[in-house]
Amino acid sequence: MSNEILRLEAVSKAFGGIRAVNDVSFDLRQGEIVGLIGPNGAGKTTLVNLITGVHRPSSGKVIFQGDDVTRQKPYMAARSGLARTFQIVQPFPEMSVLDNVAAGALFGGDPEGLTEAREHAREHLAFVGLDKIADQPASALTLPNRKRLELAKSLAMSPKVLMLDEVNAGLNTGEIDAALDLIRAISDRGITILIIEHLMKVVMTVSQRLLVLHHGALIADGEPTAVVNDERVVEAYLGEKFAKRLKEAGHA
Amino acid sequence: MMSRLGLALFALWIVVLATTPFYADNSIVRTAIMLAMYSVLAFSWNFIGGFTGYPSFSTAAFFGLGSYAGAIAQTHGVPMGFAWVIATVFVAAFAAGLGMILLRLRGHYFAIGSIGVVEVCRLVVSSWSGVTGGGNGLNVPLLMWAPDTVGAFFLWVMLGLMVIAFALTAFVDNHRLGFGLKCIRQNEDAADMVGVNTTFYKVSAYILSAFLCGTAGAVYASWIGYIDPTDSFQILLTVKVPVMALLGGAGTVLGPAVGTAAFVVMEEFVWANFLNWNRAILGIIIVVLIFFLPGGLLKISYRRMINRLKGRESAGAPV
Ligand SMILES: Nc1ncnc2c1ncn2[C@@H]1O[C@H](COP(=O)(O)OP(=O)(O)OP(=O)(O)O)[C@@H](O)[C@H]1O
Ligand SMILES: [Mg+2]
Repeated sequence: MSNEILRLEAVSKAFGGIRAVNDVSFDLRQGEIVGLIGPNGAGKTTLVNLITGVHRPSSGKVIFQGDDVTRQKPYMAARSGLARTFQIVQPFPEMSVLDNVAAGALFGGDPEGLTEAREHAREHLAFVGLDKIADQPASALTLPNRKRLELAKSLAMSPKVLMLDEVNAGLNTGEIDAALDLIRAISDRGITILIIEHLMKVVMTVSQRLLVLHHGALIADGEPTAVVNDERVVEAYLGEKFAKRLKEAGHA
Repeated sequence: MMSRLGLALFALWIVVLATTPFYADNSIVRTAIMLAMYSVLAFSWNFIGGFTGYPSFSTAAFFGLGSYAGAIAQTHGVPMGFAWVIATVFVAAFAAGLGMILLRLRGHYFAIGSIGVVEVCRLVVSSWSGVTGGGNGLNVPLLMWAPDTVGAFFLWVMLGLMVIAFALTAFVDNHRLGFGLKCIRQNEDAADMVGVNTTFYKVSAYILSAFLCGTAGAVYASWIGYIDPTDSFQILLTVKVPVMALLGGAGTVLGPAVGTAAFVVMEEFVWANFLNWNRAILGIIIVVLIFFLPGGLLKISYRRMINRLKGRESAGAPV
């Protein structure tokens, strides 16, 4: 693919005896939204950690924009345009909401100084709808707003690829809809998105492509409707019932 | 960020200390020198312990190494000012090397590692008697001026260092480096993930926390004229300095100056007469700090306190 932006080549990671990620290869193409699903402990978070340099792969390669970035440190990943949100939100608790986002702009993006970073931060806060509470400390925010803050922070880093690790977990239906609108708006800016998600409905509505991890191995990679009907995926993850319901709902 | 009022008060404080030779006796000048020196150490500690949130106890190691580096250079005929520069550079290099190893540790482990450094330095200096004079200590060439002139001279040098330390603090606080250090203090993983080169930032903070301690140590050696391992590498010093910074408000720009002033004034004028109780009182201050003043003197809401007092007065007043 000519417009590929990120490629994993046979990436594996073992923790002691556990093969958390096992021989995973796939690529992401510029501008697409890709869903990554899999049961608890399948290795989804570990995969993001491997891409962003938190862990170093036991074997295999990570190629970002044509460069081998397998050995990069997290801060280098951030600066080169690989941003991620954490499954468990990670704010700078005593800093203002504004400064949280300014940190993303100052270190991950490319503004000249602190004043400029704060200006950029305001724009991103307006985009996610947090501009009214920019001066509150991050620790005072509700969970949905913390998730938005994570988003604004990673957007401030002007990412090329954004990896969202369960940004919707713990949100109610209304909040999820709002979050999905936000994700689509981010995608409209041309940012490639890898979204990790447990709720099938959510992944199905937003993703253009689906990856399925199971026991660290990639067992499916393709169009969402095709993937959820794949026998192995049904067996490993979805369960017969879900597949049937989905068929009845007319997705297949 | 710091208010104009804060800056004005700091300037006034410097002037008050700098003019002591003109209106006060030698013992006050001596106290003023110690005050300036402790302020330098507390400002320095604030970079790693305050901004970055790494509880360092290596102040005495930097101070002691600085005093020895300066003293050894001076005994070998290096002019005093140049000896201070050598001590500064030496301690900065030492901190850079040590920081790369020590800053891999976090929290308690870092604290214990940093305190161990003081002991190791003391042992090395005591045993390496060929160069350091070992347990006998070292005599440093004294300035052959009138005692009053010598006192004033060293006071102004120490105050100069204090102003440099303060200016550095204010600068770092307002720039990328300080912002990154605060990010590290609040959440190191998140800092990493927004693109802060955490290792580089932490080592920078550690060097900043060290090099002026080295200068201050060398200046101290020149002033006192004699140093030995126990005096130069004091565990007490390594505990006192963080307490001073915490007392004023760790991670704030003026906190170290306020805390040092409060501490030294109390030490000199309140319990100087209770020498045996010195350490006990230090202990009590630490306990009070931890339980009642976690943010330090600068973080107390004085306005609320005054309002509360006023409220009580009006409530108690006859209607
Ligand atoms: N730092 C680590 N050290 C040791 N084992 C780890 C580490 N990180 C993850 N693992 C193990 O790797 C496996 C995959 O974990 P991972 O967190 O990637 O799963 P996940 O797909 O994100 O699960 P979840 O849906 O619960 O978030 C698990 O068995 C986990 O215990
Ligand atoms: Mg996970």
